Amino acid sequence: MASESSITTSSYIKHHLQNLTFGEKQVETSPGIWTPTGDWGFATTSEEAAKMGFWAINVDTMLLSIILGVLMMWFFRSVAKTISTGVPSPVQNFAEMMIEFVNDTVRGSFSGGKNDLVAPLALTIFVWVFLMNLMDLIPVDILPLAVAQGAALFGADPHHVFFKVVPSTDPNATMGMALVVFGLMLYYSFKIKGAGGFLGELAFEPFGKMALPINLVLETVTLLAKPFSLGLRLFGNMYAGEMVFILIATMYGASLFMGSLAGVLQIGWAIFHILIITLQAFIFMVLTVVYIDMAHQHH
Amino acid sequence: MDMGLVYVAGALMIGLGALGAAIGVGLLGGRFLEAAARQPELVPMLRTNFFLVAGLVDAVPMIAVGLAMYVLFAVAG
Repeated sequence: MASESSITTSSYIKHHLQNLTFGEKQVETSPGIWTPTGDWGFATTSEEAAKMGFWAINVDTMLLSIILGVLMMWFFRSVAKTISTGVPSPVQNFAEMMIEFVNDTVRGSFSGGKNDLVAPLALTIFVWVFLMNLMDLIPVDILPLAVAQGAALFGADPHHVFFKVVPSTDPNATMGMALVVFGLMLYYSFKIKGAGGFLGELAFEPFGKMALPINLVLETVTLLAKPFSLGLRLFGNMYAGEMVFILIATMYGASLFMGSLAGVLQIGWAIFHILIITLQAFIFMVLTVVYIDMAHQHH
Repeated sequence: MDMGLVYVAGALMIGLGALGAAIGVGLLGGRFLEAAARQPELVPMLRTNFFLVAGLVDAVPMIAVGLAMYVLFAVAG
């Protein structure tokens, strides 16, 4: 990391964009040919991580997103347990503010009748995505350095310990959430409209019965594009933001002038990023509600 | 590969993304102001939707900037 003398901008960026991957260990037996060893462990290079295949797991993404999810649930539960009808505590005010905000948004964009799932789902998505995005505002080197030093205590080489702090810069996390939303869209389509109604919508719109194949292609693409763009939008925004933070961090080592410029840039970008992380969490929530609403609509 | 082309690719990504977003945000902001002047009582609702659409418009060039940065600094650098 920063203490390594042979470090270049390119290797620094790549190091920061590599997930901590756990999977079947691979060895490069000859150039370009990787063979599995049968042992399981953490990847020490990005190439090895890429070769680990389907059963590899990004430990940092899982760990941080689960910690943040538990934190969120603990917060709302502790507020709900100590709730009072008298003068509310500041914490209760904060929780009520968020719930009312989500409630208003869901009432504004959901018109599919009674559904007990949508509002809690929207609140969960909003707060959880916001917390995951919020990790972006932690200076880029703190957590990776801490994890690398911690791993060094257990005998690992700290230069080969990766840690990607922001769970939403991992497409696995965002596309996973988008897949769940897609599953809910399909579930409500089938539940509300029935298999015939849903398939009829796919087959007979927008051009009527005569152009069935064209309709089928168009509607399937529209259907699949929704979760795809939903997950990719969040991932792309957070990835781009993290990329800028990493680039600013590379400026600190250049010179006194560049370093002080980087300080100003980092503060500026962080302030702008507060808008982006909130906005992206909000957009993810609103689009989820709108998609589920669309699944409720009869055409 | 000719490394010069990587820089051209990065410039195209940032430039074309910015062009599209500029047109989009310009139209969006103009319409927002028109609507706000016409019906000032709708401003809170309009502002929410304005930010929502601004976020949607903003996303694509942001992604392009992120990828361009990656190409310029991590691939070429």
